Amino acid sequence: MEAIKLEEVQKYINQFTNQPVYVHLETTNGAYASHFNENAYNVGAYIRNAQLTYKQGKIVEHEGSYRVGLKHDIGWIYAEGLTDFEFTDSQQLLLAGHDREGRLMVALEISPEPFSY
Amino acid sequence: MNFEDHNHVVVIYPHPDDESFGAAGTISKFREAGVPVTYLCGTLGEMGRNMGSPFFANRETLPEIRKQELQDACKVLDMNLEMLGYRDKTIEFEPRNEMAERFKKYIEELEATLVITFYPGYAVHPDHNAMGAAAFEAVRRIDSEKRPALWATAFSNDRDEKLGKPNVVIDLIDSFDKKLDAIKAHRSQAEGMLSQLLANSEADDEYEAAMERFRYEGFYEVNVDDVQY
Ligand SMILES: [Zn+2]
Repeated sequence: MEAIKLEEVQKYINQFTNQPVYVHLETTNGAYASHFNENAYNVGAYIRNAQLTYKQGKIVEHEGSYRVGLKHDIGWIYAEGLTDFEFTDSQQLLLAGHDREGRLMVALEISPEPFSY
Repeated sequence: MNFEDHNHVVVIYPHPDDESFGAAGTISKFREAGVPVTYLCGTLGEMGRNMGSPFFANRETLPEIRKQELQDACKVLDMNLEMLGYRDKTIEFEPRNEMAERFKKYIEELEATLVITFYPGYAVHPDHNAMGAAAFEAVRRIDSEKRPALWATAFSNDRDEKLGKPNVVIDLIDSFDKKLDAIKAHRSQAEGMLSQLLANSEADDEYEAAMERFRYEGFYEVNVDDVQY
């Protein structure tokens, strides 16, 4: 992955509009947050292979990280804290936010085919 | 501790790297004594947060990377590997009975005399606790005269208070190389952690710093009829 380039990512987001896509959406602070800090809570959620068609999508920069919103017929997909991207050979747009140690904190991925695993 | 008294050791953990952090030294001592060891690894750690340091993996490449790391670690430890194909973070939602029956079949077919797993309720990660509970259940379902010994790894913060100290402790002072090599095979997971260990320690090098942290492997030898899980 490499640091997000806004125009390039916007182009990929546009490319997927108005066609059925599979989405992976995830956020986590790790399974050990409350083990290492008793005042912390473990928080995490993921959806793998949600199938939908969005009709508009936009990426917005805020102080060095990015937010993405995808609007579909009956709702939204939203992610905050994205920092890095990759467009893979299998036409998947991968977006992720990493902390200073390189650990994943949030991910939003869009694919024309279901994600494996 | 007479390692050669055992016939076959079955290690049951959910993630690639659990075996290296939790039991690599013990496994290598069994292998040195000529005892075969089989690792039943539940998942490929697909949802891991560590992507390497600096990161080189992403959510989609991580499973294959961790699979290779797992195979490399098992080569270092000279142990058999069975990948069970569950998905990271979902073990606790699988039917425990089905998992227990599956584990039991391996244990019986391999004629295991020792099972090493996580101590349910004291292993912090939900996958650890659920995998351990299914392994405990597998052992409980074996007739008591044929039942293997059961060693459980526990590391929750309330462990000493609730369970006391581990009653099996393996000292790796003279055989730490294998343990460190096995940990390092899990590059995506271990590199950042090892350099942090060194940074936060007085030790001169990575080997010394890792030794301070991982010199002892502790287990609770459990009679499965005596515990709630
Ligand atoms: Zn684990």
